[in-house]
Amino acid sequence: MWQSLVQSTQESTQASRFIVIAVALDQPEAARPWIEAAAPTYPCLIDRDHRVAELYALVNVPQAVWIDEAGRMVRPPETVGSTDGFRRMDRKTFAMPAEAVAERQRVKERYFAAVKDWAERGAASPHVLDAAGVAQRLRVPDAKVAEAHARFRLAQALQREGRGDEARAQFDTATRLHPDSWAMWRQSAAKNERGLASGPEFWARVDALGDRPYYPPTEITEMSAPEGGSGPAD
Amino acid sequence: MIRILHDANDTSLPTARANGDALWVDRPDVERATGWAWKPEGLCRDDTCMPLPRQAEPPITDGDRLDVAALWRHAGWPVVHDDAARIWVLGEGASQRAEALATGEAPDFELPDLDGRMHRLSDYRGRRVFLVSWASW
Repeated sequence: MWQSLVQSTQESTQASRFIVIAVALDQPEAARPWIEAAAPTYPCLIDRDHRVAELYALVNVPQAVWIDEAGRMVRPPETVGSTDGFRRMDRKTFAMPAEAVAERQRVKERYFAAVKDWAERGAASPHVLDAAGVAQRLRVPDAKVAEAHARFRLAQALQREGRGDEARAQFDTATRLHPDSWAMWRQSAAKNERGLASGPEFWARVDALGDRPYYPPTEITEMSAPEGGSGPAD
Repeated sequence: MIRILHDANDTSLPTARANGDALWVDRPDVERATGWAWKPEGLCRDDTCMPLPRQAEPPITDGDRLDVAALWRHAGWPVVHDDAARIWVLGEGASQRAEALATGEAPDFELPDLDGRMHRLSDYRGRRVFLVSWASW
């Protein structure tokens, strides 16, 4: 999952200065095989009620927040290296056009380079935003979204008590109130044999976005110097 | 037994009583169920007190019991419930969440890892934290 990011930052940053905290917006038993396969060296937390999604106004995964040493957000929740290229996937063969694959790789590398730069340089990184920059980019909830989170939490509690029909009714109301939240919708949607909520209903909902993004792009300025090219030893 | 879910808390109250959209909680249980202490000046948390609406019809208090659902609705915060399961969720209001985010401080939280060990975000104060969401779905 994030181990490659952790390893690449550990090459150049003291381990004590930077940490990844991965939060699974997920049921513990669904997350378990992924975590065990990753053998992570960083905390992997389980958030089955999507509490962090409510606190930070997250709507999808993967989204990340950068938090400085004083506990302030220096980048608000943003898409982590994912693109809408998957929407061009052939839905029978699952093949993606080569240029979409290349674009996704480029976006991911650019984002991870920015994270690494911040891990190394902290507030000196050009990618750190000031308070106004964070505030401007922050998503804030309205009353419908607040109610959606309460209903989602109720739905998860009902599901755990085996009250599937009542849970379904609450999930449906929650996703109607907060249509932007893919996390709520996919958590509660029917899953395939691999645990993915990627059936026809998912694609219909994606298509209904029209020109709106599934993964809003993250604005990261290109690094002007090559990595490692401006260190004191050079 | 009624379960009240609020913030990170899941409180079971044997003496709470639901009646339609009303949720009556006894004075000694109000703070642990809602996060707000019931004082003479109203409901108080940290440095803030909310006066109770005295002219509410139907009344929001009944002796030493408080209709916390009415209080929540009066404040404009979401309250949802399932009567058969006897579970109530006292949700956070949108403006509270928006104001908290506007401070720029990363909201603190406490969640378990797969071993059940609890971690707070604030445990990692002093480090640059890359907080990332993911899921199996």
